[in-house]
Amino acid sequence: MEISSKFDHWLTSRNWTLHPHQRELLSYAARPAQLLIAPTGAGKTLSGFLPTLLELEDGTHTGLHTLYVSPLKALAADIKRNLQTPIDEMDLPIRVEDRTGDTSNTQKKRQRAEPPHILLTTPESLALLISYPDAPKIFSGLKRIVIDEIHALAESKRGDQLMLALSRLQSLCPDLRRVGLSATVDDPDAIAKTMAAHPDSCPILFADPGPAPDIQMLIGETPPPWAGAGAAYSVPMVLEQIEKHKTTLIFHNTRAQAELFFHALWLENEASLPIAIHHGSLDREQRQKVETAMTQGALRAVVCTGSLDLGIDWGDVDLVIQIGAPKNIKRLVQRIGRANHQYNAPSKAMIVPANRFEIIECQAALDAVLAGELDGETLPVGPLDVLCQHILLLSCAGPIDPIALFNEVRRAGAYSGLSRAEFDDCLDFCATGGYALRRYEQWHRLKDMGDGTYTLRDPRTASRIRMNAGTIQDTDTLKVRMQRRRGGAPLGEVEEAFAATLTPGDTFLIGGQVVRFEGLRELVVEVSKRANKEPKIAVFGGTKFATSTQLSERILHKFETGDFRGLPDYTTDWLELQKTMSVLPQRQTLLIETFPRHDRHHLCVFGFAGRNAQQTLGLLLTKRMEEEGLAPLGFVSTDYATLIWGLDPVRDPATLLDHQKLEGGFENWLAGNAVMKRSFRAVATIAGLIERNLPGQRKSGRQATFSSDILYDTLLKYDPDHLLMRIAQIEAMRGLVDFGRIRNMLNRVEGKIVHKALPHLSPFSAPLFLEAGRIPVKGQAIERLVANEAAQLMAEAGLKIDA
Amino acid sequence: MEGYQFSLTGATMVALPSGALWWAAQNLLCVSDLHLGKSERMARRGGAMLPPYETTDTILRLEADLRATGATTVVCLGDSFDDLEAERGLPENEKLWLTRLQAGRSWIWVEGNHDPGPVEIAGSHLAELPLPPVVFRHEAKTGVSGEISGHYHPKARLNLRGSSYVRPAFLIDIDRVIMPAYGTYTGGLHAHTAPLCDLMRPDAIAVITGSKALAIPMPRDK
Repeated sequence: MEISSKFDHWLTSRNWTLHPHQRELLSYAARPAQLLIAPTGAGKTLSGFLPTLLELEDGTHTGLHTLYVSPLKALAADIKRNLQTPIDEMDLPIRVEDRTGDTSNTQKKRQRAEPPHILLTTPESLALLISYPDAPKIFSGLKRIVIDEIHALAESKRGDQLMLALSRLQSLCPDLRRVGLSATVDDPDAIAKTMAAHPDSCPILFADPGPAPDIQMLIGETPPPWAGAGAAYSVPMVLEQIEKHKTTLIFHNTRAQAELFFHALWLENEASLPIAIHHGSLDREQRQKVETAMTQGALRAVVCTGSLDLGIDWGDVDLVIQIGAPKNIKRLVQRIGRANHQYNAPSKAMIVPANRFEIIECQAALDAVLAGELDGETLPVGPLDVLCQHILLLSCAGPIDPIALFNEVRRAGAYSGLSRAEFDDCLDFCATGGYALRRYEQWHRLKDMGDGTYTLRDPRTASRIRMNAGTIQDTDTLKVRMQRRRGGAPLGEVEEAFAATLTPGDTFLIGGQVVRFEGLRELVVEVSKRANKEPKIAVFGGTKFATSTQLSERILHKFETGDFRGLPDYTTDWLELQKTMSVLPQRQTLLIETFPRHDRHHLCVFGFAGRNAQQTLGLLLTKRMEEEGLAPLGFVSTDYATLIWGLDPVRDPATLLDHQKLEGGFENWLAGNAVMKRSFRAVATIAGLIERNLPGQRKSGRQATFSSDILYDTLLKYDPDHLLMRIAQIEAMRGLVDFGRIRNMLNRVEGKIVHKALPHLSPFSAPLFLEAGRIPVKGQAIERLVANEAAQLMAEAGLKIDA
Repeated sequence: MEGYQFSLTGATMVALPSGALWWAAQNLLCVSDLHLGKSERMARRGGAMLPPYETTDTILRLEADLRATGATTVVCLGDSFDDLEAERGLPENEKLWLTRLQAGRSWIWVEGNHDPGPVEIAGSHLAELPLPPVVFRHEAKTGVSGEISGHYHPKARLNLRGSSYVRPAFLIDIDRVIMPAYGTYTGGLHAHTAPLCDLMRPDAIAVITGSKALAIPMPRDK
């Protein structure tokens, strides 16, 4: 495809020339699938839309031509503005509209009757669109689909849902062409494979990655503390950098850390620099205020989390600061890309290690960035809960032919290996619930029509299924509001679990202010202002990322090769001391130190398996120790080690790590674990067993709803092999439990355990004594705790227990 | 019986860890809000297809309580069935199971908002059951004394150093007892919310069910 003269004039009038990759992508416009990998600021979106604008220029196309899908609603709105400029200035006969959760119902209805030429949407809104019986009409004439920020979608179930929707669209419009736009990723082939209609190939175009980033570690005179993740010590250094730059983005790994740091910044912000905070727990209005101020250039810095990771244009950011080790090289690179939004200038970034060990981790991450190495987890095969939802949504559009649908689903890359048996399990779940016990046949959700097709028994079910669409999991959150200002905007949200731990008078941080918890009122957390008090730790929101496998490997590699370049003297001294007193951990062996301290015996496993896996290892090892009668009392984990303490010394750690015993214990432990219940809830919600929203649900009727834990316990007892139980287990293993990494670690060291029985703690184990998040080993302890607490409450209230 | 013993207008009763109420003097076991047939009702109404095991699970637990107490009178305090159709739709084997449990016992179905009107399964059916010095009814009335009711599915929360522990609970004061729901598929209403706070006296206690019956002051908002 060639650029038209009208377009050429317009570009010239603006003094713009196309980047080489934009021109090249245009020449591939006829390909059924094409992936573009380009760094931030390389004009990805224009590249994606050029063929559309040119094809629509002559005004002969009627109906929908191009569908644009992005992970963020805000991005769709942004793109709409950006597209409107060339359309208006060239007076092109093109109608562009967006359709997201924020679009009004009248607008949505009109769009179905009269689709625009270009529709900008999200995976969730698209999933809903294909669930309407008139979907074939809506999408007739569709030629192209542009998937923006596909790297972000590909890692989550949202991407799987999108690809399933694309398979359906491809059946409706066989000559549909797909273009994926991605930031730099470790494995472009994997993304290409998921986005093409299987088994088509998907060529990849790499744009010039631009100059290498200017990136360094920010460390000053004072060394960071031995433990912790907040990096409050770095506040003066960070303020100094903010003053030296126009606009700085300060990234944190969790919302709680962002809040604490923001609070600390303002306590020392004597120059009153305009600094704001932005994260996913804050109210939408608050976030939008910050975003507007940011685009207007009114802010000198924004303290933020992953909510600012994706591609919205923030204008003149000239410095990115990452607080705490980035844990993941890819995320670091994408964050760095947020600075200097000009394609040809290097991005400037600084990493602030939060503790002594993180200095090593930051240096390893820096090395990786400069070497152009990225990390990534292998993309999991298409999750079955998403497929269940897809089947249900399609059943809303009309009768389902299982054979045709099976073939269609297998054209989505992630589901190309789906077996007929797996598909049938999902279909059976959607139709009957899929239970071992067959019950209430006449009430099945999908009815077998006798001709091999399935259809909704009760057409009214369709609206409930649509209400439940989507794969994003909102953890249960409660709104936070100032007391006696019930009409006012909420300050934000906290997780229900966090709210449950609050008692009136407790203080916590939200939106950068210290507030006092006053009470719960109709599921709203009511607070008042208490600027004078120190906050109780803010523990809401944000998962703790685990250090990626690749980054851990790099750290171990440093130890092996003795490559301590870039590290400050106090760090190399520390490493040398560890080498003398014990040994540095290595890749092919597993270092375990044991030593007495005070009247306890300690055991420290340097597994470098990431926080989640080390945590699981702690649980499993203490369980094994209980079996062996070694009386463990508790443990604490970081990304690189687990420290366990107990009453008796462990003389032979290798027996504890026996592969089989560890696995055996794992199965039982997992079944009763809260992580399993959490995965089950997510899976059951996506698959449609638990309904997110019921039409006309009464707010006060809380006793009518019950927790998903009850369903989990029931299935565990009566139907443990149920489809959703199987999916939940797979997810838990991969997610927070991360047992896969424990297995990998054990396989990596092949039983080569280096046991150092030391007279006292080692330089490497010392910081673990300062780590927060110590977990007591419970056993019967929870019962005792509950009983003690109850007795104490009764005593305090002056009540007598007469049982 | 292991449980929390208390006295209501002169009658000595025990709140069992299972959520059932044991009145030894009358050899009477009371359970509330069984909601049998809930999954069938949800499916019938085009809702989620829940695992169809809740009736079995509820009856199993009831059977265990009957065996442990040797009760000769059983009071089901309303909402025993998720609706009347759910009762009729109960599979034959579960109906038989209930009939077996009823053998040799006086069995009273008190009516609830989910299951008003006569029930098909054997047993007496009453709007409420006066058994001086107490009266059993489904939904609490204000201004009465010596009342045992259900309906609200009360639950209570204990905060344990950063984590919280929520369980179905009995609410007890000198005038009344509000029983927790016994059915497997039942949610709960927090004790500290409005209708329960208004019904119970300020010095009410909550007895948390679970592996033990534990009394705490009834949680309130203020």
